Amino acid sequence: MSERRVVLMGMGLVTPLGEDVEAVWSGLVAGTSAIGPVTRFDAGTFATNFAAEVRGFSLRDSIGGEASTHEGAGQSTHFALAACARAWAQAGLGAGAGSAPEGVDPRRIGIYLGAGEGPPDFESFSAANIAGWNADTRTVDGGAWAKVAYERLSKMRELEQEPNMTVGRLARAFGARGPAFNCMTACAASTQAVGEASEMIRRGDADVMIAGGAHSMIHPLGMTGFIRLTAMSTRRDDPATASRPFDATRDGFVMGEGAGIVVIEELGHALGRGATPLAEIAGYGSSADAFRITDIQPEGRGATSAMRQACAQAGIDPTKADDKGRAPVQYVNAHGTGTQENDKIETTAVRNAFGPMADKLLFGSVKSMLGHLIQAAGAVELITCVKAIETGIVPPTMNLKNPDPRCDLDHIAGEARDLNPSGGVDVCLSNSFGFGGQNNTVCVRRYEE
Amino acid sequence: MREGVVITGIGTVCGLGIGADALWDGLCAPRSAIGPITRFDASGLRSRLASEAPEFSVRDSVPKSYRKATKVMCRDTELAVVAARLAALDAGVRTRGSDEADEGFEISGERLGCHIGAGLIAAETGELGRAQATGLDEDGEFSIRAWGSVGDEARGAMENLTPLWLLKYLPNMPACHVTIVHGAEGPSNTITCFETSALLCLGESSRVIERGGADVCFSGGTESKLNLVGMVRLEHAGRLATTPVDQADRAGSEVVRPYDPQSAGGVAGEGAGILMLEGMGHARGRGARVYAQVAGFGAAQTRTAVDAIYGEPVERDEGLSDAILSALRDAGITAEQVDAIVPGAQGAAALDRAEAGALSGVFGERLREIPLVTISPNVGSCVAGQGGLQTAVAAMCLHRQMLPGRIHAGRPADGLDAGAADTRDARLTYVLVCASGLGGQNAAIVLRRDEG
Repeated sequence: MSERRVVLMGMGLVTPLGEDVEAVWSGLVAGTSAIGPVTRFDAGTFATNFAAEVRGFSLRDSIGGEASTHEGAGQSTHFALAACARAWAQAGLGAGAGSAPEGVDPRRIGIYLGAGEGPPDFESFSAANIAGWNADTRTVDGGAWAKVAYERLSKMRELEQEPNMTVGRLARAFGARGPAFNCMTACAASTQAVGEASEMIRRGDADVMIAGGAHSMIHPLGMTGFIRLTAMSTRRDDPATASRPFDATRDGFVMGEGAGIVVIEELGHALGRGATPLAEIAGYGSSADAFRITDIQPEGRGATSAMRQACAQAGIDPTKADDKGRAPVQYVNAHGTGTQENDKIETTAVRNAFGPMADKLLFGSVKSMLGHLIQAAGAVELITCVKAIETGIVPPTMNLKNPDPRCDLDHIAGEARDLNPSGGVDVCLSNSFGFGGQNNTVCVRRYEE
Repeated sequence: MREGVVITGIGTVCGLGIGADALWDGLCAPRSAIGPITRFDASGLRSRLASEAPEFSVRDSVPKSYRKATKVMCRDTELAVVAARLAALDAGVRTRGSDEADEGFEISGERLGCHIGAGLIAAETGELGRAQATGLDEDGEFSIRAWGSVGDEARGAMENLTPLWLLKYLPNMPACHVTIVHGAEGPSNTITCFETSALLCLGESSRVIERGGADVCFSGGTESKLNLVGMVRLEHAGRLATTPVDQADRAGSEVVRPYDPQSAGGVAGEGAGILMLEGMGHARGRGARVYAQVAGFGAAQTRTAVDAIYGEPVERDEGLSDAILSALRDAGITAEQVDAIVPGAQGAAALDRAEAGALSGVFGERLREIPLVTISPNVGSCVAGQGGLQTAVAAMCLHRQMLPGRIHAGRPADGLDAGAADTRDARLTYVLVCASGLGGQNAAIVLRRDEG
């Protein structure tokens, strides 16, 4: 039995730097920061009062009349629908949202998302919590809580927070009836989704998969949670440069939001309908740190394992130069959150996985510009890898001015790098690691027959 | 050649008790664990019955060095941690978290995976309410400016939340704690598709083992919606029967009536069902006891699921039919060969009707001859945990060659073998497990009797 190869046919974005893949890419290559004050709610007194928000978004502009069916869906579901519409159009699988797919049996189209939960109805929820809290007995009065909750919480707003509703709505809009999943491995989710989706195709469980993620935690409870964990930057006086992956002065990540969706397909199926692959999903790795809920395994064991697995599946020995004498992976898109711990340990993990080749590859973080899109981050970053392969240019890590001796790889500080003189970019890894220790890496390669 | 996958360990926690024997014995009695909610003040809710798991201390299920971490485990995580340890012990797989199995098989961490389905986990109302009550304005309303910590209006109210508050409730925490307790460094995932979560995890673990990514996986699901927010969400999702005021003490066994058009609805449960899935060669090599083989897995999406949530429910869930057909194909068998089914059967009439329609679409007239093993009248609906419990039951049916008794206080729709029944011996070769979740994801697993 010949191996089924998985190729990437379409990609769509909704990000703080825009919604058009080309525009977002230009922004990244130019080193543009999308970070500014939080406008979604009043975060004025929050230790972190800034984020990378999606601005000027219109679902109707992306999916037309089908938008009316999804009015009550959560924000991140809207992002996913819009991103999917672009990916779908590029893949050439039909007229788009609300129409049946063309050239493929709907039961052979699956969905695998790492969609996050929708935003809670914070105001109503707060009102119920306060009504229910009995300060004298220090207990919850369930009757008082429920009275407010029943008055104020709406069925749709509550149900649309369920992350798998995003999958349900994508299925409705694009006519997918195949295997459908949603995973929530925190910041690793959408990389995992693309990886597992590629395995579904490889095994023959589907011919086409819609994969990726969508998320927004720019809401009071989301921001509160990460502030309490002291995981976010508190550089209130300089938000635009607050996301500083690999810089010695980094003090945490900056929250972003958005969606990244790709359409992937079995190679023969894609060629059979006359479509052109954009890149190949060549490998995938998944591991767990099994260390601590709050800390990363200090040698980056789990991260190393995920990268090694992804390379192995792609048939790459990460420690050996390729036939052009370059590192076998030219660009590793870092998880690179800008927390002290992540960036140091991820650097160690890359050294462990690549050995002597670590010093020859580029290892940068676009979170310096886009912020951290949490569950959507991995798929968005995977798309930047595809663009790097297509153009031969690797986007910079911005705000890296004070090198940290523990982050001593080539982090592409300050300016995009043109690799065309040395043969361009053929192979990339995209890393994503979740709170709690779940790690995922996907290997993307230039498509060749 | 793909590696075969077998079930070598079962760990369950649910209303019927802790451990697979308690679940099996409770089903066979048959006994219902449904009763009035005692764990929190449910007096203001429309549904005040539930199947609560018995008291346990999660500290007893983790190594001494990890006891401190149990403070940041929410209920869903606790259920999973207890169930996972029972599964490892039952399988005789020695990990750093199951050291009492001294004579078991020591497995390398990198070859041990973990896929545990979960739901959105609601933060404890009291924990949040207590903190929020310190951030009120002059009118006694919550003030977002008082909640923060910077500037004149800030009162730092959010600092009354424990620093690790967020980490307590992330859906991946059940899986992550299990990986840490047992040193499981292999592939790991958290699938969140409401009632379908656990079956999708079991399917994914099987695929991982089949392609050589792991030798053994913790696999299944966990959930407790037994809190104020969770119960209201389940009500909104149309899962729960309203409890009339005069019937608060009504015997739980009378409420949940699977496939009965007159059923008032389902009842919430809490539970975790975690299985040890293992490569067949690996299991045989160490002489492990095998409950059943995982013969096939299929998943599919109901395209119109979202419309059905807010509009008219469907008569027949096409996605579920597709998932079952796909699992049968994967197992290389026909519908004729299925001897019993462990379906969702929540007791919510509209959901049960769509499920029965799907079963009838696949099995046709023969459906009336296939016993449906319903567990919701006993353990309630444990959402993301349910599929783990269903699969545990299916594996035990095959291993013991028995069908547990059934509780049913009413009458299921014609043509369904789902009414009250006694425990009985049965000749079983293939048992199907299936589930459909809010959001339209469906999954099915075919288990085959293992004859060594």
